[in-house]
Amino acid sequence: MAKKSTAKQSKAEVEGSNVLMLPPKYQNLKGKALEEALKRYEKMRYEYGEAVGVVAAQSISEPATQITLRAYHAAGRVQLVTTKGLPRLIEIFDAKKEPKTPSMTIYLEKDYNTAEKAHEIASKIKETSLKDVMEYDAIDLAEMVLEIKLNEEKLKNHFLDVNAVKNALSKSMATAEFEIKDDTTIIAKPKAKHYGIKDLQLMRTKLRDRHVKGIRGIKQILIEKDGEEWKITTLGSNLKKVLDLKGVDKKRTYTNNIFEVAEVLGIEAARNLIIKEALNTLREQGVDTDVRHIMLVADIMTHTGSIQAIGRYGVAGSKASVLARANFEETVKHLTKAAFKGERDMLTSVVENVIIGNAVPVGTGMIKVKYKD
Amino acid sequence: MGKVNAIDFSLMSPEIIDKLAVMEVTTSEVYDLDGYPVEGGIMDPRLGVIDPGMRCKTCGNVFGECPGHFGKITLAKPVVNVYYLKEIKDFLSYTCHECGALLLDDENLMNYKKGKKVTIPKKCPKCEAKIKDVKFEKPFSFYYGEDILTPEQIREHLERVSDEDAEKLGLVGGRPEWMVLTKLIVPPVTARPSITLETGERSEDDLTHKLVEIVRINNRLKENLDIGTPDYIIEDMWELLQYHVATYLNNELSGVPPARHRSGRALKTLAQRLKSKEGRFRYNLSGKRVNFSARTVVSPDPNIHPNEVGVPEEVAKELTIPIKVTSYNKEFLKKLILNGSEKHPGANYVITPTGIRKKVMESNKEIIAESLQEGDVVERHLMDGDVVLFNRQPSLHRMSIMAHKVKVLPGKTFRLNLVVCPPYNADFDGDEMNLHVPQTAEARAEAEELMLVEKNLRSPRFGGPILGAQQDYVSGAYLLTKDDTVLSREEVAQLLASIDRYEPLDKESYTGKEVFSFILPKGLNVKFKSAVGDEVEIKNGKLVKGVIDEKAISAFKGKLLDAIDKQYGNKAAVDFLYDVTRLIIAYLNMKGFSVSLGDLDIPEEAEKKIQQIIDKYLARVEEHIKAYKEGKIVPTPGKTAEETLEDLIMAEMWNITNEVQQVIKENAKFSEALVMAITGARGNIQNLAYMSGLVGQETIRGKRPFRGYRGRTLSHFKRGDLGPYAHGFVRESFKKGLSPIGFFFEAMKGREGIMDSSLKTRISGYLERRLVNALQDLKVDKDLTVRDDSGSIIQFVAGEDGIDPAKSDWGELMKD
Repeated sequence: MAKKSTAKQSKAEVEGSNVLMLPPKYQNLKGKALEEALKRYEKMRYEYGEAVGVVAAQSISEPATQITLRAYHAAGRVQLVTTKGLPRLIEIFDAKKEPKTPSMTIYLEKDYNTAEKAHEIASKIKETSLKDVMEYDAIDLAEMVLEIKLNEEKLKNHFLDVNAVKNALSKSMATAEFEIKDDTTIIAKPKAKHYGIKDLQLMRTKLRDRHVKGIRGIKQILIEKDGEEWKITTLGSNLKKVLDLKGVDKKRTYTNNIFEVAEVLGIEAARNLIIKEALNTLREQGVDTDVRHIMLVADIMTHTGSIQAIGRYGVAGSKASVLARANFEETVKHLTKAAFKGERDMLTSVVENVIIGNAVPVGTGMIKVKYKD
Repeated sequence: MGKVNAIDFSLMSPEIIDKLAVMEVTTSEVYDLDGYPVEGGIMDPRLGVIDPGMRCKTCGNVFGECPGHFGKITLAKPVVNVYYLKEIKDFLSYTCHECGALLLDDENLMNYKKGKKVTIPKKCPKCEAKIKDVKFEKPFSFYYGEDILTPEQIREHLERVSDEDAEKLGLVGGRPEWMVLTKLIVPPVTARPSITLETGERSEDDLTHKLVEIVRINNRLKENLDIGTPDYIIEDMWELLQYHVATYLNNELSGVPPARHRSGRALKTLAQRLKSKEGRFRYNLSGKRVNFSARTVVSPDPNIHPNEVGVPEEVAKELTIPIKVTSYNKEFLKKLILNGSEKHPGANYVITPTGIRKKVMESNKEIIAESLQEGDVVERHLMDGDVVLFNRQPSLHRMSIMAHKVKVLPGKTFRLNLVVCPPYNADFDGDEMNLHVPQTAEARAEAEELMLVEKNLRSPRFGGPILGAQQDYVSGAYLLTKDDTVLSREEVAQLLASIDRYEPLDKESYTGKEVFSFILPKGLNVKFKSAVGDEVEIKNGKLVKGVIDEKAISAFKGKLLDAIDKQYGNKAAVDFLYDVTRLIIAYLNMKGFSVSLGDLDIPEEAEKKIQQIIDKYLARVEEHIKAYKEGKIVPTPGKTAEETLEDLIMAEMWNITNEVQQVIKENAKFSEALVMAITGARGNIQNLAYMSGLVGQETIRGKRPFRGYRGRTLSHFKRGDLGPYAHGFVRESFKKGLSPIGFFFEAMKGREGIMDSSLKTRISGYLERRLVNALQDLKVDKDLTVRDDSGSIIQFVAGEDGIDPAKSDWGELMKD
């Protein structure tokens, strides 16, 4: 503090210096309430040596025996089925590159918050392939071309027209020429000079899956009205592309793909997502676990700057101690590699001290008590 | 003994093997005709003693003292070490075969270290020799271009690689040629003891078997080399030697048939000894066995304090605590010794400062007592008030091991108060628990201060109470405190006497709330909502409004426990729990509490209403099926028509369940069964609805059951029947009795539940192991940061605000 402390300094002011240690939401308390808060805070603080890691691990896995193994969906509501319960929790801690059911919740900016606009944006997002807007495709044997008949209604639903479809197709398949016959028909013809029916058939099957509109990876879409607000829930995720769209509220749009968030928004955002997803997964199952435990797991997964899984190929596999690694999994591999690299185990972690029979360096094992024998 | 400061790992050089070895194994013979180990054989007496009564030829120690000594085998031809196949390949690929220089430039070296793809130059940058590809072929052949490389050639090549280049390729503190073995170290016999069977036959360890084979083939190879046998025979034998050495190191190599015992069982060689759950690491090194422990069945005792554990006398006489004799306790300890080891508060051993251990027996107890001196240590029986650790597996959280104070009781089971059941997750259908006796003052103090039951009232998981009342306590508390409970003066006196409270009673009758208020701490103020749904208010230590139920005194939810803990401390809270539970038991003993089939009776009109609900929704289901068959159903996006129909039917089934539940809720008569459901003692309204309403739709994996015969679940239905009854709709209630078909569907669902829960324990068990392994080294440092064992900071302030959830108010500083 800049101000010189004087004898006159009141008790409140002295305590004021501690106020900053309080969690922010209690810092503006006054008088008695503040005193009470400080008193409680003093009692509630962590003690030196507390084995927060083990407590966090136990706090997450002890209730894991209670949560469901499968995603049951509440009947009667139209809803996208996402992975829930234990499988989702494991997926988060495993740091899978892609979740089993990637999903986004897209919020819209104020000006775009109408049913019409929501549908329009949704159509821009949903991955649409040719077969979604197609009536039929037939090989014209006389002309040796492929005739693609589009469905007018479907086109309208997807905010598309023949031109757009044609452009998209010619962009995605350079080996063929496309021509518009009428408002709903496109003629496709391979560019090669000589080709047979087989080539046409191959082209037909390929073309069906060519995507004509939307964002790659977004397979299903659900437009909902949440109170006054329209929001779009998707199955499949592509955060980068969705954030680029006009009208999408970039601040609130959400995905459950942790790696995508780490890439687009950075590691701190990924940490927050791990916390949020893990906490939600537990809360959904009626499990009450303190955020702090999940924060610690998220921190150990992200503190290196990239996402590390909980397990053999992540945190546990990258420990400094040879014995700790050998004790977990792949014992022989870790021992032989350590010999090759000439590693030295400093015996600082818990397992090694258990192995050699010393007191474990956490909690009361970190201090020594002297007493007369 | 010195302290272990660090452990170094490195490749073993032939020189070190020479230094360590006390003898060389030269003959494959193990025992001579008299059954004595052959000198120079694999069980050479110089390698250590495994038989009691023998002396070690090397160090002169007896069995148990001699740690064993290493031997060695000099291989006739070198073989590759199978643990380093990949590293050998890297060395062969990335160094020049002519001059041994490193072929990789800095960029490629980086890639190599990162495990990325590496490009090898066409020519050696130093000697310009042309570089060919190195190929590895399972199990242990290396090719340079088209030519096969013998281990001898590989070793020669590796010898040419300089120390600096080797270090660049990741090999530190060793020579690359050591990855090709020329000498084999022979583990001491103490590491591979042979056992003598009852028949007098000797049974050797798997390692010994393997070593014998190595020596045998090695000697044959040597002889053949000496007499100049043709190369192809030499090569065959060489390969056999390679095979034996490989399986000696690891008997689970891919592409190598495992070496087998005569019986066909695969041998357990070096790698197998170390790895996996039953291996040296997890089974022997991180898993320790202990003395001073006991295990028996647990049974309930509501009349001992939650902090206590009832220990059978039989156990108390076996478990001991070492006590040093001083002038203060000498007489007391003498008395114990005079009691002997057979009578309860007695002693089993006396240890003198010189280390002599005297067993207290009926015959010598007087003598021992008489000669007892200050400074001796008496191992006395476990007595009332001793601190012990009590544990129930699976130890899923830290409250699975708590400290209790001993109370020696008759009987053969451990007794525990029922309020500690939730943290242990114990019941009394045959559960067994373990008890451990800490042996030092330090350990006892730690156990008492940190692990005592009352100190673990609040769970670190969510910051709420984890001790608490369950079942009858909850329903009893409700019955005692509900508005119309009135007790006579005599009854109240009786109740209070049962918990050793003697209050002046000046009124003729008391309400239940008043009785309850007697045990509340003076001056307590708290308000909360009960499970039944009314507002509970405790003002100045008096229950003025509302009932006590699950939300007040149960584990996980008990708001009243939480309030007492916060305002009066954990000891007061646990004492309160002890009083409440005994009071409620006394009350229930007085009034009685039982359920009968009659509790499930519902009025006729309710029965009719249920029928109406069922009829209504089954008719709707009928319509959906009709629409589906006519192809009129509009599929929801992303789903097929069948899936949409299933969704619709399931929704109707949900409606039935929900509405019937509502009917039961409105019509159930006030009975013990209902009391249990609404107070949260046991069961819920849904269970009541199953019993007196209907069971409803059975689901398998969240869907209607479809498996079974072709097109139908059971042969009682027509193929393709999509109706409710054909797919798991059970119209009957449990009270009425299930139809055989309904029973079958119920069994299907029950079976699914059993399979799920067994699968779940396995999966979540592994999750726990991984989480603990990733997090176990994290601890809070003096500056409130969270650090790992190397001192790197994981969190700058533990939990972001420094609040320990175990001491918090449901995770907050202040909940209100």
